[in-house]
Amino acid sequence: MTAPAALLALEDGTVFRGSGFGAEGESFGEAVFNTGMAGYQEVLTDPSYAGQIVTMTAPQQGNYGMHADQAESGAIQVAAFAVTEASRRSSSPRADSTLPEALLAAGVVAIEGIDTRKLTRRIREVGAMRAAVSTRDLDPTSLVARVRETGGMAGADLARTVTTAAPYEAGALVGPADRARGRVWRIAAFDFGIKRNILRMLAAAGLDATVFPAETPAADVAAGGFDGVLLSNGPGDPAATSYGVAAVRELLGRLPLFGICLGHQLLGLALGGRTFKMPFGHRGVNQPVRDTRTGEVRITSHNHGFAVDPAGWERDPDGTVRTAFGRVEVSHRNLNDDTIEGLRCLDVPAFSVQYHPEAAPGPHDAAGLFPEFRELIEQQTGSGGSSSELASGSPRMEGP
Amino acid sequence: MSKRTDLSSILVIGSGPIVIGQACEFDYSGTQACRVLRREGYRVTLVNSNPATIMTDPEFADRTYLEPLTPESVLSVIERERPDALLPTIGGQTGLNVSVALAESGDLDRMGVELIGASIETIHRAEDRSGFKEAMTKAGLDVPRAGIAHTLEEALQLGHQLGFPVIVRPSFTLGGGGSGFASSHGELEGLARRSLEASPVSEVLVEESIAGWKEFELEVMRDHADNAVIVCSIENVDPMGVHTGDSVTVAPQQTLTDREYQAMRDDAIACLRAIGVETGGSNVQFAVDPQTGRRVLIEMNPRVSRSSALASKATGFPIAKIAALLAVGYRLDEIRNDITGATPASFEPTLDYVVVKIPRFAFEKFPEADARLTSTMKSVGEVMAIGGTFKEAWGKAWRGLERSGADLGATYATAHDDVLGALRDGTEWRFHLMDRAFAAGHSVDEVAAASAIDPWFVDQLAQVFERAEGLAGATAPSVGRETLLGAKRVGLSDARIARATGSTERAIRDRRDQFGVAPVFKSVDTCGGEFPARTPYLYSTYDEESEVEPASRPRVVILGAGPNRIGQGIEFDYACVHAAFALEVAGFESVMVNSNPETVSTDYDTSSRLYFEPLSAEDVVAVCRAERPAGVIAQFGGQTPLELARTLQDAGFPILGTSPDAIDLAEDRGRFAELLREMDIPAPPHGEARTIDEARIVARRIGYPVVVRPSYVLGGRAMEIVYDDDELETFVRTAAEASRAHPVLVDRFLEGAIEVDVDAVCDGVDVFIGAVMEHIEEAGVHSGDSSCQIPPATLSDEELDRIEDITRRLARRIGVVGLLNLQLAVKDEKIWVLEANPRASRTVPFVSKVIGVSLAKVATLVLAGRTLAELAADDVLPADPGHYRRLPFTAVKAAVLPFGRFPGVDTVLGPEMRSTGEVMGIDADPGAALAKAMVAAGHALPTSGTVFVSVANRDKRAIVFPAKRLADLGFALLATTGTAGVLRRAGIPVEPVAKVSEAPQTGAESGPRSGRESGTRNVAELIRAGRIDLVINTPFGRGPRTDGYHIRTAAAAAGV
Ligand SMILES: Nc1ncnc2c1ncn2[C@@H]1O[C@H](COP(=O)(O)OP(=O)(O)O)[C@@H](O)[C@H]1O
Ligand SMILES: Nc1ncnc2c1ncn2[C@@H]1O[C@H](COP(=O)(O)OP(=O)(O)O)[C@@H](O)[C@H]1O
Ligand SMILES: [Mg+2]
Ligand SMILES: [Mg+2]
Repeated sequence: MTAPAALLALEDGTVFRGSGFGAEGESFGEAVFNTGMAGYQEVLTDPSYAGQIVTMTAPQQGNYGMHADQAESGAIQVAAFAVTEASRRSSSPRADSTLPEALLAAGVVAIEGIDTRKLTRRIREVGAMRAAVSTRDLDPTSLVARVRETGGMAGADLARTVTTAAPYEAGALVGPADRARGRVWRIAAFDFGIKRNILRMLAAAGLDATVFPAETPAADVAAGGFDGVLLSNGPGDPAATSYGVAAVRELLGRLPLFGICLGHQLLGLALGGRTFKMPFGHRGVNQPVRDTRTGEVRITSHNHGFAVDPAGWERDPDGTVRTAFGRVEVSHRNLNDDTIEGLRCLDVPAFSVQYHPEAAPGPHDAAGLFPEFRELIEQQTGSGGSSSELASGSPRMEGP
Repeated sequence: MSKRTDLSSILVIGSGPIVIGQACEFDYSGTQACRVLRREGYRVTLVNSNPATIMTDPEFADRTYLEPLTPESVLSVIERERPDALLPTIGGQTGLNVSVALAESGDLDRMGVELIGASIETIHRAEDRSGFKEAMTKAGLDVPRAGIAHTLEEALQLGHQLGFPVIVRPSFTLGGGGSGFASSHGELEGLARRSLEASPVSEVLVEESIAGWKEFELEVMRDHADNAVIVCSIENVDPMGVHTGDSVTVAPQQTLTDREYQAMRDDAIACLRAIGVETGGSNVQFAVDPQTGRRVLIEMNPRVSRSSALASKATGFPIAKIAALLAVGYRLDEIRNDITGATPASFEPTLDYVVVKIPRFAFEKFPEADARLTSTMKSVGEVMAIGGTFKEAWGKAWRGLERSGADLGATYATAHDDVLGALRDGTEWRFHLMDRAFAAGHSVDEVAAASAIDPWFVDQLAQVFERAEGLAGATAPSVGRETLLGAKRVGLSDARIARATGSTERAIRDRRDQFGVAPVFKSVDTCGGEFPARTPYLYSTYDEESEVEPASRPRVVILGAGPNRIGQGIEFDYACVHAAFALEVAGFESVMVNSNPETVSTDYDTSSRLYFEPLSAEDVVAVCRAERPAGVIAQFGGQTPLELARTLQDAGFPILGTSPDAIDLAEDRGRFAELLREMDIPAPPHGEARTIDEARIVARRIGYPVVVRPSYVLGGRAMEIVYDDDELETFVRTAAEASRAHPVLVDRFLEGAIEVDVDAVCDGVDVFIGAVMEHIEEAGVHSGDSSCQIPPATLSDEELDRIEDITRRLARRIGVVGLLNLQLAVKDEKIWVLEANPRASRTVPFVSKVIGVSLAKVATLVLAGRTLAELAADDVLPADPGHYRRLPFTAVKAAVLPFGRFPGVDTVLGPEMRSTGEVMGIDADPGAALAKAMVAAGHALPTSGTVFVSVANRDKRAIVFPAKRLADLGFALLATTGTAGVLRRAGIPVEPVAKVSEAPQTGAESGPRSGRESGTRNVAELIRAGRIDLVINTPFGRGPRTDGYHIRTAAAAAGV
């Protein structure tokens, strides 16, 4: 079987010719690049990539095959996949299928044999662009024209499209929460496109999660008797995810909150800040992030195209932000471009990070944030001596 | 900024001569460290005995000591310079060991010198194999089961406890010296004995063998604030059991899932923390069971290593430079990434290309050596290639290896009729055998199982093989665009395509040109294109978009020397680096092309632009097409670029300096002999022969002894001195039989002649003589293996005048513009020319250092159009034309030989070069200079003890006086019967011992003292037992069956 010819077209008119290696067909989306060298399976199955045509800067993909236990969700989420070369054979004897087989089975279009560095450099210079991969329309002019007719990522509310249809217990998916740390706390996890490793890390920290659909009203969660709330990662424009912002605003101050990626952006918006679309975002596993309190630098996993705008708030001379929920500090900064990587509320129990402490793929440097979330819950619920102290020191606020 | 301001002067220790396991990567790391520390305002003192290094050039340190790397000599430097701190981590194992010795003796404390970069406790925990295991286990990391033994009995016991097979590794050695595998009690006995001897502390680790597992390395940097990053992951294509230094390796790792990789990353960082590496770079090695995924830690090196040089070149992250900054207190996030100029060094480089490293072996020089690849490193150099995919990088690396006749795809014959069986043996030819296996119809899985190489790699190689097979049947004029492009994209060289299509390399290139099938150039930018790169560090790939920026100044391309090999090493890199520096001064952009990751020339800030490319015709032509240089310099990188000169000229690129035709005139032995005859310059009489009969006639005409060599090889390969018809016959039959097409060259051997080397620069009119060097060994020992000195020891001024005169006349007549190296022999008042090399020579750095004038720089300026007269007027040249004769000191260069690595290899020096590196000793007193050079080379001569003498008949008279002198100095003398007889007759007390071939004597002849013992044991046994401190042996004949051979190999093994 010879591979079908395939085209990748960008809205700026650049066209790449290669050959298809997944399903035949065509797919439209936003072209983005990821600079991680391993971890294609985690990328492909990360719901935050919904609506995106992902290219990997590392040339050879699929080398170790696909492993059922290493998926970040139940499906391949990307709109299409573009690589220099896909492996026809897997290294690992433990692999369940090859990469091309998995894409074919999932009906996902993929292209190989293109200059992915050129594609990456285009995206870096022009910004993330609307794009298409097709094995059907091999006429560059036509494909570019059709790309230009599609909508972009700004204003897109995609969390709704990838979230769970009904609430479920994380334990059923990733096993029971670890009891080694003592009491197991119950938390609610908003699924805006949650990665399974977040659930695994929560369980390892002794946090038993119930996962809720993205549009679940805050009141339902508040009534559930949970000890904390996790705001997950997810695709799309945070500003368009208005239901999420509303829910966070209602829950802030009531329950300890931990936001990751989109969840972090939603917290920023709920605190009265702004978000903006970055030219081409951060996608990779090598971003240096500094903890502004300790000075410690962590190498972190990233996948985001929007960020919290540092100019969105009035600031005190010491840099803290005044919000309707009290003072907020920027807890983490990206050392490459100084973007905001984390927020910490000083007067209510909530914090968030733009990066992915659950990694998968990527380094585990920030894995400590899950136990930190647990500590925040312990302090709030008054088990352990410190919680009552903190509770009395920072009165709960009822929201605006 | 957390930079330390309480330090003002720092002592840096280099790594000494190049040996197997420790090559010029430490020149690269030391140069980086010295440079950056000086830039930071520290006063830098450097000690290194290797003159061929860039780091020992005066501009890299405030004070440079070309002294032996022994605790004594470093201590005397400390006493003189009083540094505040010592940086022990960039001089390889040698630098580390010397630093440890000084710390432990209390000298550092006494002198108030602080160890920076690694504490003594840290070094110990990492280097002591048992302490290491303990620390790892405590940190919860998995290690192979093992135990420590200090005696043979302990080792054997461990072998049985652990179960065979086991691996035995001595503590405190480098490059796996003295290690090996044993699969039975008997094997372990021999191995453990050797291994215990190899360890300076008589300690070995006996460990369960996990040969066949996958092997990985991570390069980790950590700062004092506990920030840690992985600079690079490296995967060995070869399985555990083949030393990393001998393995083909790939960066980044290709076959681990992210989950497996991240767990390994966690372990590596945990390992650094457990060992206590506070700042700097470390290398951590892992093994992974391919079946279960179980991961164990093998070892860690708390210092810059060979792998970190590779990692630096593979990623663009300058590990040594950053390690030096971390050692003086910086944090990773305070250091800028030079390549992007915008982001900090606290990140993990990401690669959007694949890097392949292939080691270069020299087994042909050591025919008796065991050619199987094991845990003892045997390679002498390496080549690195960058490609768009593994397959492309693989093909580029193989052609960069420059091993004529051995490029991939060449048919390799094996004695095994069972290819899979041959694959299991794991020799240098394993990948050639793989192609044979594919051709025989074996599957990827079968080949993977036989070779213990991951099926993913095997499959990649099978894809390359399929492409190459697909070409068969095509002919050069018919091969289509898509086929050609497809072949190039999987890394097939023009040469291999030519072979497959029955065509020539040139015809394939023309065909590509016709179709526009050409590579583009992309940058190594550390970040996968996420940020713009400011540093032009480029590689070629068959893809779409090229990233070569237009230049503002005219460019000159410098062709480097490629992988280190015996005969072509760091000396040539030295010249290339100087050329780059000089070109900048002369107003050009320097464009470096090289493929050796261990070098300073492949540092991205040595030249204006760096192309990390093989030095093969197709790649170099492509670079020149991209750069359109004003000229190409081909005379600094040794023999490699010289051979490319003609191709480049034909492709329309001007060669600066000596023209390709002039090069040919000097290189072609026939044309050169003719030239000498015309000029009336004496040369050894010579002739050519194609058959044994012809050879005999030529030899008789010329007169024995004669030097013979096959004409097709260069670099002294397969050269031999033969004394009679029988030896001649053997040579012609064995060494030259293989190539009936090529004649054997026969030269009169000038016995007992003084050999002389000259390095000079000619601008076409004038000639500047750098120096005339006199060799200490007689002609017949390859100039690269012999010691030499400046000023010459015994040559008269009149002789030197005549040598200079010959040099001048020849330089002009050949048409040399740039460097010229001349080799001559002086015998019976007559001066003979042996050969002329119109290029930089091995001795250029040595001469430059001794006379204080950089010959490479002078030559570069000449190539750039300056005349020697102008340079003299500018004081670039010394005013006194005989400057080198009137130095206030003597400098001696001595060679370092790798015999310890190759048990069973004869150590007699001959016209075939076998040394890997060199050292220099310098002193006001010539004798002391020689002694320093010997100490630096690791041959400290004993000052008391027992000397064993056995010399060939022709040398028996010559030995009498030295023997008498030794006896007078209090040495006890032992000798073989013949020699003993001569010495006794001269009235020298001496005791006879048995040769190996003689039946052990029964004590009848024994003398009173140690007689009983020496009478009953033959000499080889005595040497192995450590009873003999010095061996004086002159060979008679060569071959594994002679007594001399037994004596010499035993001595080499015992380090006598
Ligand atoms: N337990 C083992 N079983 C099989 N091979 C081993 C084992 N330990 C080490 N080796 C092999 O020996 C080589 C050298 O060992 P290493 O500890 O790295 O010594 P060195 O200090 O020379 O680098 C390794 O690269 C690996 O291939
Ligand atoms: N005719 C000769 N008489 C004595 N020694 C010779 C003669 N020819 C070569 N040699 C020795 O052999 C060595 C290598 O020969 P050379 O021609 O220089 O080859 P290479 O190309 O390897 O440098 C020389 O350094 C010299 O010691
Ligand atoms: Mg090692
Ligand atoms: Mg020579």
